[in-house]
Amino acid sequence: MSLDLDMAEIHAIFFEESAEGVDVMESGLLNLTPETTDIETINNIFRAAHSMKGGAATFGFLDISGFTHGVETILDQMRSSQRDATEEVIEVLLASVDCIRDMLNAAQQQSEADKANIDSVQRRIDALLNNETAAVKAPVDVKKVTQSSSGALKAWKIHYAPDGNIFKTGNEPKRLLRELASMGEISVISTLSKDADFESMDPESCYTCWDIELRGEVEKDAILEVFEWVSNQSEVRIEALEVMAEHIVVPISESASVSETKVAAPKQLATQSAPKDSGSIRVSIDKIDMLLNLVGELVITQSMLARFGDRDTGGNDTQGLRDGLLVLERHTRELQESAMQIRMLPIGASFSRFKRLVRDMSTKLGKKVELQLSGENTELDKTVLEKMSDPLVHLVRNSLDHGIEMPADRIAAGKPETGILHLSAYHEGGNIVIKVSDDGAGLNQKKILEKAIERGIVAPGEVLSDDQINNLIFQPGFSTADKVSDLSGRGVGMDVVRRNIMDLGGRVDLQSTLGKGSTLKIRLPLTLAILDGQLVRVGDQVYIFSLLSIVETVLVSKGQISKVVGTGNVYRLREDYIPVIRLREAFDMASESLFSESEEKKGELLVVVESDGKKMGLFVDELLEQQQVVIKSLEENYLPVKGLAGATILGDGNVALIIDVPGLVHSMDMRQLEKTPQSSAA
Amino acid sequence: MASILAVDDSPSMRQLVSMTLRKAGHEVHSVEDGTDALSFAKENGVDVVLTDVHMPNMDGITLTSELRRLPSYRFTPILMLTTESASDMKMRGKEAGATGWIVKPFDAEALLRILDRVLEPKGE
Repeated sequence: MSLDLDMAEIHAIFFEESAEGVDVMESGLLNLTPETTDIETINNIFRAAHSMKGGAATFGFLDISGFTHGVETILDQMRSSQRDATEEVIEVLLASVDCIRDMLNAAQQQSEADKANIDSVQRRIDALLNNETAAVKAPVDVKKVTQSSSGALKAWKIHYAPDGNIFKTGNEPKRLLRELASMGEISVISTLSKDADFESMDPESCYTCWDIELRGEVEKDAILEVFEWVSNQSEVRIEALEVMAEHIVVPISESASVSETKVAAPKQLATQSAPKDSGSIRVSIDKIDMLLNLVGELVITQSMLARFGDRDTGGNDTQGLRDGLLVLERHTRELQESAMQIRMLPIGASFSRFKRLVRDMSTKLGKKVELQLSGENTELDKTVLEKMSDPLVHLVRNSLDHGIEMPADRIAAGKPETGILHLSAYHEGGNIVIKVSDDGAGLNQKKILEKAIERGIVAPGEVLSDDQINNLIFQPGFSTADKVSDLSGRGVGMDVVRRNIMDLGGRVDLQSTLGKGSTLKIRLPLTLAILDGQLVRVGDQVYIFSLLSIVETVLVSKGQISKVVGTGNVYRLREDYIPVIRLREAFDMASESLFSESEEKKGELLVVVESDGKKMGLFVDELLEQQQVVIKSLEENYLPVKGLAGATILGDGNVALIIDVPGLVHSMDMRQLEKTPQSSAA
Repeated sequence: MASILAVDDSPSMRQLVSMTLRKAGHEVHSVEDGTDALSFAKENGVDVVLTDVHMPNMDGITLTSELRRLPSYRFTPILMLTTESASDMKMRGKEAGATGWIVKPFDAEALLRILDRVLEPKGE
């Protein structure tokens, strides 16, 4: 089994581990305060910086290793208690972490890092280091390379008397002699050392010393290098012997070119690096083992079932066949679950990034905020996690900017000076819930309503419930910030946040109490590949709704449907009028059986769905069972079809189409928008 | 060909070292820290140990002194392959019984040359 990868792949691993290293440094630094200097935390940060520096140097990213060197020096002083973790030091180190991250990204994407910023941080590091130059370590000791490569023939006399304990460090004089022999011509005389006493000799100690004459194109440094590691345990004397004059010609040009190529080598390495991000994922061994175990079980089940194919042994054993199928079903389901598990990542890594954001923003705003996290181990699909990152950042910023008040205001309101921002994640039903809550000012509904009327989102005099008012902040173009701040409040926020969450098949709800704080609750599906579906029959076709999108199902008689000019058919659901459509018509199916005598009596089934806060009704012929379905993309396998989110294959092998509820609601909305001016004119 | 135990907490470094050594025909076992290295070494004999210094759980210097306590590792070459170049750390390594100290970034040729230096040639 070969595990060897090519250089580009090793580079990819380096970038991945460095990104983790940067995260380790950042979260470690965020845990450091001038008051509490935890040595283990500093050690962790140091190790991360140290191994990044080593890797960067090895893979030829000398700017990164050079920069990290200064950072490492500061950290090293901190862990040996020569430097205190002052606010300033932590600040500089955090800024350095950003630079390193930037440089790593630039190296990976083969783009340019923010040189000006890096230089300014570098100056701050240098200043910290008390004007000791944070010297960029030379990649290769040029002097050594040059000297050992110069080709003058020389002769040396070497006396080598190793320490008696040399064997105990795994060193062997024999190997050193062999090394010397490889450099030129040698002659060796070995003698017993002075204190060798045969009576008391320890077989594991060394009592020999050597006198060596070496002739060849060898510089003294090269010989010293051979003895470098053993020299302070041994006696090593090197003397030059006279050399024949015609050989003392140092080919300068050659030695110069050698040193040049040596130094240039890492650069070539850097340009070879592939910038691609293959989107890899780290999976714990447990999950893989689980998967392998299940595959093993499946193989056993398969062989169990295989014997039913064989007429002679078990052809009539239907009970056995049924048992086997049950086992197969269980294993298949477990296999599917654990395969899905592979894509699941804990949300903790995402959460801990907010420590930095909260710290930076609260400093900038002059607020005091404590970030509380819970449910960090809750696992989410990798794609969902990635796509949730921006919306979460936005929500946290909003809470910090608009939610939590200035310390003075908080004290005046009888609250503790430090505000609390709580991020939590947990399972609820088949969903993952992420909550962002703060104990800040809460939403000022009066202000929201005024703004909404001012922006024309709400008609003056319209009566809205508290919930409806709160949810106005999700409307496009709505922002209550009196001034547009640098941090949030550009008015493009909440509607985009909601859009993103909806795109993931999730929903977001807001609860807020004036003076007490707000809580945003985001509900997300466990995975994007699987959908909890409600199967329905329309004509002879089976369609699937996402269970999440269904609000309720009602039996409607024909009389309850009214026609509204410009809007189409509507149904009065309690106090709301909702647009309704017939899937038969929408999908151009034969409608001859519509409202037959019997159906007229018992009414028609209307599935009420909701998306984006808007409801609509869809007529179906029959509700079938609920089941989890695997979504197959129509776009990938056929063509994108309006009104359909995808397809799936049912247990009986038939294809069922999945209704795109958000798409339908949206198109309904558009239709209304297009037609409204006409109807009002009429 | 020799069997080499490579110890480094950085996956990319492990890959690079493994690749370099395998290309030269050596057999490589790589583990990610001193604790794993020690338990591997107890179960299996290797010809050379190549270890990083700064690692979580057990660092390279502790690993070296632990290995030197095992009878079968008293004379096994243990090379440190590390970015660390401080002389006091080198001194500690030497006291723990390290055979050599290679400073990263290493170049493949130099690493192989040093390995040759500590390996017993065949048939000697």
